[in-house]
Amino acid sequence: MKRNELSWTIGGPQGSGVDSSANAFGRAVTFGGLHVYGRREYYSNIKGEHSYFQIRVAGHPIGAHVDPINVLATFDEETAFRHFPHVTDDGAILYDPAQVNTKYTDIPTIEKRVKRDLGRYLEARGGGETLGDALRTAEARGVRLCPVPFQDYLNAIAKEFQVDQLSSIARMVNLMAVGGSFGLLGFEFERVEQAIQSLFAKRPKVATMNLAGARRAYDLVHDQFGEGFAYRLEPIPSAPRLLLTGAQAVALGKILGGCRFQTYYPITPASDESEYLEAHQNFDAHAPTGEGEETAFLQEHAQSLLVIQTEDEIAAVTMATGAAIAGARAATCTSGPGFCLMMEGLGWAGINEVPLVITLYQRAGPSTGIPTRHEQGDLRFAIHAGHGDSPRIILASGDLVEGFYDAVTVFNWAERYQLPVIHLVDKALANSNMTLPVFDTRGVPIDRGVTIGNGGALDVAEEYRRFKFTADGISPRALVGTPGTLFWNTGDEHDEFGHITEDPELRNLMMDKRMGKLDLALREIDEADKVLYHGPKDADTVIVSWGSTKGAILDAIGRLEAEGIRVGFLQLRLLLPFPVPEVTRHLAKAKRLIDIEMNYSAQLAGLIREKTGFAVDDTVVKFNGRPISADEVEAAVRGIVAGKTRGRVVLTFGT
Amino acid sequence: MALDLKAADFQTEVHNDWCPGCGDFGILRAIQMALAELKVPAHRTAMVSGIGCSGKTPHYIKAYGFHTLHGRSLPYATGIKLANPDLEVVVMGGDGDGLGIGAGHFVGAGRRNLDITYVIFDNGVYGLTKGQASPTLKLGMKPKSLPAPNLHEAINPLWLALASGVTFVARGYSFDIKHLKDLLMRAIRHKGYAFVDVLQPCPTYNDINTKEWFAGEGLEPVEGKVPPRVYKLDSRGYDGVVRDDAEVPQKLAQAVVKALEWGDEIPIGVLYQNERVSTFEERIAERVPSYRANPPSSQVFWDDEKNASTDLSKLLKDLTFP
Repeated sequence: MKRNELSWTIGGPQGSGVDSSANAFGRAVTFGGLHVYGRREYYSNIKGEHSYFQIRVAGHPIGAHVDPINVLATFDEETAFRHFPHVTDDGAILYDPAQVNTKYTDIPTIEKRVKRDLGRYLEARGGGETLGDALRTAEARGVRLCPVPFQDYLNAIAKEFQVDQLSSIARMVNLMAVGGSFGLLGFEFERVEQAIQSLFAKRPKVATMNLAGARRAYDLVHDQFGEGFAYRLEPIPSAPRLLLTGAQAVALGKILGGCRFQTYYPITPASDESEYLEAHQNFDAHAPTGEGEETAFLQEHAQSLLVIQTEDEIAAVTMATGAAIAGARAATCTSGPGFCLMMEGLGWAGINEVPLVITLYQRAGPSTGIPTRHEQGDLRFAIHAGHGDSPRIILASGDLVEGFYDAVTVFNWAERYQLPVIHLVDKALANSNMTLPVFDTRGVPIDRGVTIGNGGALDVAEEYRRFKFTADGISPRALVGTPGTLFWNTGDEHDEFGHITEDPELRNLMMDKRMGKLDLALREIDEADKVLYHGPKDADTVIVSWGSTKGAILDAIGRLEAEGIRVGFLQLRLLLPFPVPEVTRHLAKAKRLIDIEMNYSAQLAGLIREKTGFAVDDTVVKFNGRPISADEVEAAVRGIVAGKTRGRVVLTFGT
Repeated sequence: MALDLKAADFQTEVHNDWCPGCGDFGILRAIQMALAELKVPAHRTAMVSGIGCSGKTPHYIKAYGFHTLHGRSLPYATGIKLANPDLEVVVMGGDGDGLGIGAGHFVGAGRRNLDITYVIFDNGVYGLTKGQASPTLKLGMKPKSLPAPNLHEAINPLWLALASGVTFVARGYSFDIKHLKDLLMRAIRHKGYAFVDVLQPCPTYNDINTKEWFAGEGLEPVEGKVPPRVYKLDSRGYDGVVRDDAEVPQKLAQAVVKALEWGDEIPIGVLYQNERVSTFEERIAERVPSYRANPPSSQVFWDDEKNASTDLSKLLKDLTFP
């Protein structure tokens, strides 16, 4: 029996409450002290198309998903049809027995290609088109079938609680499926109860009804199908843990990092962050512990973050820039198509040395691409965004913890070096959730650079020059409204005061000043913010990658190492300016380099070649919109190390 | 401290490279005079512009100056003002800047009603790129640099402002500096978003709506004198100010009709003003009670050791289990 190792999937039509059921499942497990990693997949659609949530549970920290499903909880036929082939032989499927006669050919939301593959799959296993036929093939492999009469239960609950409109409680089947799953896994119902109570803390009647439904399903599955099931979840003692999404982690980092102004135009998957911020825009400062003064202190130091939904992304980037000039730590948050509209504004912020943060949640492009799906396709774009040579720093976070602390760091860099900083994250990171130790928010440094105003002092000995030439290229930056500091900004090339110039000598000096700040940044930035090396120190084979592939790679190299296959992993974080010495030092030691990333052209591999001269031996890429799993990384690396595959490996798994 | 300011105090030493006879000079002078008369210290004043001849204006004004991107002056200005609501923010740009490439922001700014002032230098042409048709050039017109008559119908900036919810809609004329100065002072004092469309001859490229044309060239003399085309709304008893919500439909309607006048008689002055609409700052303060006291630009989010001082514990608690 596998104790506290599980991959659970729930799915359903978009808008039917799949997210909240996954949330309940995740919370219940977290209440039980277990670790969670979840990922969310959904169509660009409001209601009806198939969405699903996969949650991996373990007794130890996990940061990646796996491809196989151990328990598949369904309450609609489409979920069962799409995922049943991926349920492990020792796994189980929960379904509504009233649905077994539905044919996949009659489900309009299943694509033709998927139908064709389903047809072939079933044809090879006895034929048929109904859900019952599909489930029989699973049963033949050993999969445990758990029929739960969700619809009947719903009717019963409606009667018990005197609900007139059945449709108003239809979403309850979600939590029944959660309850049933936990019954199968033998997990204490008490935790389920805690999770449901916490989800519906403000709606006690809804909580009571959902609990009743979950309990029925739990009891049925536990009593009829639980005996001898291969997977079991048991609570373990644990300190309280966070369970949050990547978008929330970055948002919280922004609040801690002093972001006080954020603009956005609605776009998937970036909007989640702005919406979280807008829902939590008033907050306190830590008060001194002395009693009596606390209330006055809190009032005087009340903090807030303005979130402004703009008319377009051009307004988003320019409005945030305006706020940054005035002295607020300001950011905008977007995804590929929106970032496309920000190019001119990015250049303006660069030439005017404005500390601007752009949080870029990458998604599958080009154009609208697959708008709700994952890709790391904007590395080259972010590096070269805009016309001319314009300074910017690019930092890529590999996981939620990095996302949180990096969200502070990017503001420090933006103000220290007075330039735009692009925080590169992606859909997989934004929409995954996981358990983490509660963030330590004390001792996180704030560096506002050389600032005049709001605490920073003015050297009154001479006339203020916003773009004064200095040894390191950094000029004291006055916040608008500080007496004695009038200055000008222009998109034109400018003199030290900020007035337009076309003088060739001044042009050279200003270009050197602006671009030279990148060299300064490279000298000053900590190595841990540039690269992180994971795994065995002297491995012959080293993976290079960036961003949210980190979890899957760490998981995979851990598994390989357990078998004696030693593979290192160099995670690149600072992508511009490029940390040539640090990357070179690590890569020079390796005999074989494997680049892994989620885009078509292996953008990082090209960048490494350009900057260091090192050519990677193999590239493992994936661009079908679904994040890379630990299993895929493991298999790809294993194949390369064994000499079975070479050159370019394209990963294709995805539902 | 009582400030004794003169227009010259708002003058920089930057060489002004506008064409001789440009209407922009009058607008620049009127802005400087208005700032001096309003006695706003320069360090609390931000001038924000777009691209084009008008875009250079902030470089000639001794206040914080932001010469931004083509069409984007309004969102830049909005960010500056929201981050530091104590600033007096005046935005300026050409008609192509504000009504062509920046039209989306023109509408967005109207919807917000932020307490800033926007001045359009309206001359019917894109001057700095050598005289192409701009959004306020009438259909079929052919100023000298157009190879063929204009194919596009003109936009009515006053209508667009009214439709966007702008709460102060006015028109000035760049060669009536005193009237324009008074208009700008009213606009700046207006509680909410103020828009002033300033008719401004381009002596180099618009050879149709010239200074002489505005002065009445071609009109029949009245009592031996050619009447100017531009007339002041006040002089004919027009009152565009809303004093009661019930007046809004009528005041809007009369402004729409007035804004149609063009040709022999062109009204200047305040077409519509409504201070009964909540400002964007007021709407924000409703949900962010500390906004006025601690706006984004002046919050202190670090402690004496320069570590982050924001208390996340309430937010983290919501996400912590058990």
